[in-house]
Amino acid sequence: MTATSTGAPSSGAPARTRMSPRRRARLSRGIQYAILLVALLALVLATDWSRVGTSFFNAGAAKDMLPAFPRAVGNTLTYTLAAFAVGLSLGTVLALMKLSSVRPYRWLATIYIEFFRGVPALLVVISFGFAVPVALGLTIDSFIVKAALALGMVSAAYIAETLRAGIQAVPRGQVEAARSLGMSQARTLATVVIPQAFRIVLPPMTNEFILLTKDTSLIFLLGLTAAQFDLTYIGRDALNSAHGGLTGLFVAGGGYLLITIPLGLLARWLENRTGKARRS
Amino acid sequence: MSTPVVEITGLRKSFGAHEVLKGIDLEIDAGDVVCVIGPSGSGKSTLLRCVNLLEQPTAGTITVLGTEVTDPDVDIDRVRTRVGMVFQQFNLFPHLDVLANCTVAQRKVLHRTAEEATSIAMANLDRVGLADRAHSHPTELSGGQQQRVAIARSLSMDPQLMLFDEPTSALDPELVGDVLTVMRELADSGMTMLVVTHEMAFAREVADRVVFMDDGVVVEQGAPDVVIGAPTHPRTRDFLQRVLDPTHRHPTAD
Ligand SMILES: Nc1ncnc2c1ncn2[C@@H]1O[C@H](COP(=O)(O)OP(=O)(O)OP(=O)(O)O)[C@@H](O)[C@H]1O
Ligand SMILES: [Mg+2]
Repeated sequence: MTATSTGAPSSGAPARTRMSPRRRARLSRGIQYAILLVALLALVLATDWSRVGTSFFNAGAAKDMLPAFPRAVGNTLTYTLAAFAVGLSLGTVLALMKLSSVRPYRWLATIYIEFFRGVPALLVVISFGFAVPVALGLTIDSFIVKAALALGMVSAAYIAETLRAGIQAVPRGQVEAARSLGMSQARTLATVVIPQAFRIVLPPMTNEFILLTKDTSLIFLLGLTAAQFDLTYIGRDALNSAHGGLTGLFVAGGGYLLITIPLGLLARWLENRTGKARRS
Repeated sequence: MSTPVVEITGLRKSFGAHEVLKGIDLEIDAGDVVCVIGPSGSGKSTLLRCVNLLEQPTAGTITVLGTEVTDPDVDIDRVRTRVGMVFQQFNLFPHLDVLANCTVAQRKVLHRTAEEATSIAMANLDRVGLADRAHSHPTELSGGQQQRVAIARSLSMDPQLMLFDEPTSALDPELVGDVLTVMRELADSGMTMLVVTHEMAFAREVADRVVFMDDGVVVEQGAPDVVIGAPTHPRTRDFLQRVLDPTHRHPTAD
């Protein structure tokens, strides 16, 4: 590189008098590590470690929660899966409506998606628990169905947009090649578009599932019976007991991670596996 | 054979207000190889894509293998099973291996058994010289190999007409020859072919007829030695001069 190309005055001095990109990158990295170290040190010094033991990670309080813990994880997972099933089914229908050539379908899907994306899930769950039975004279007996419908309706809005984007991301040439071979529109969708869209939507869908897992914490608003407790419920329950401080919340949080982290790993594995087909 | 494989009359196609095809008449007889040449944007791809209805014509009629595809009630999927198409960008299915690329439509559309589809696919892969790559993924192949797989994929449907849209334009120069060799052998075997190409040597050697298009109309057509060798129309001459001698400076320039 010459001095003129870097914009320095053309005194003939080589550009090397300025720091080279390599040395600048090294310096930048050094500063980042230093900031990290200082932050950690400050955190360690500022923390009252004796209090942490009693009010955040209280072993006694955690042990009290242990009997209910597996069931709570199980229930949370059940609610999530049920809601995801509703969200995926409804979301697929909405995505296809949005891609439909019939304009009213597109409008309906757009209205639905904009509405449920914009309204807090909390409001939907409350309305579902109280307004729907009154307004429609409809009572849903199964708690799982109720929870799945309330959360799934919200999730469907996000899933629909994810699926639509995934389907549209498959190159036009793929559809043209399939149609040229005599495949019908539906056959093309099933054989060529969806398998390729699957890989595209896998990461955002994983996010969707994880958000849903956490949204199940809202279903206590529908009124839980004794056997239906989820992770948040036992966490809140533990908060009300005399000792342990916030330990209950940390245990509950751990329960959620127990679900979401393996899921994230599974998604990454799937992505790599299907990804091999694309990269050389 | 009496009736032509493709019969196009008065074909017009507009995209919005932009008329791309302005009345095309073209016939292709069984076993004929017709090469379409012309400048970029003249409507060559659009013409080809109208034949298997990837584009819906605005006016005119097109009859392919005895079926009028411009009839609004045509079962176009049925016609397409007998019309192969090869694209500039190959468009192999990246989620399937080479063999599955060649069997998937046989299985799903023609409902052939797995064994039958596989043996037909392998025969066609052998024909394009890629039988040993049957279990590779498309991304592991060079552009030239991918295009030959795309040809084998089309041939596996036993088409009676093959459409090629600049099949070698996306290839590195040293890979063009392999694809052209496959196409030449296909032509020699008696396949009816409609080929959009910029490969003048290929058109001259293989085509039964060359069609020169410019600005949405067929300017002239005829035997390759005439259209490419001794063009009568000034637009054809001008185009060929630019294609065959791209670095040549026009005498009137500067
Ligand atoms: N889907 C489309 N929508 C709008 N305009 C289009 C569409 N497809 C093609 N065109 C226009 O039609 C004209 C002809 O396009 P076409 O692809 O048929 O040309 P071509 O002769 O194949 O050119 P090339 O040699 O560059 O491939 C161009 O001006 C192009 O912009
Ligand atoms: Mg073209």
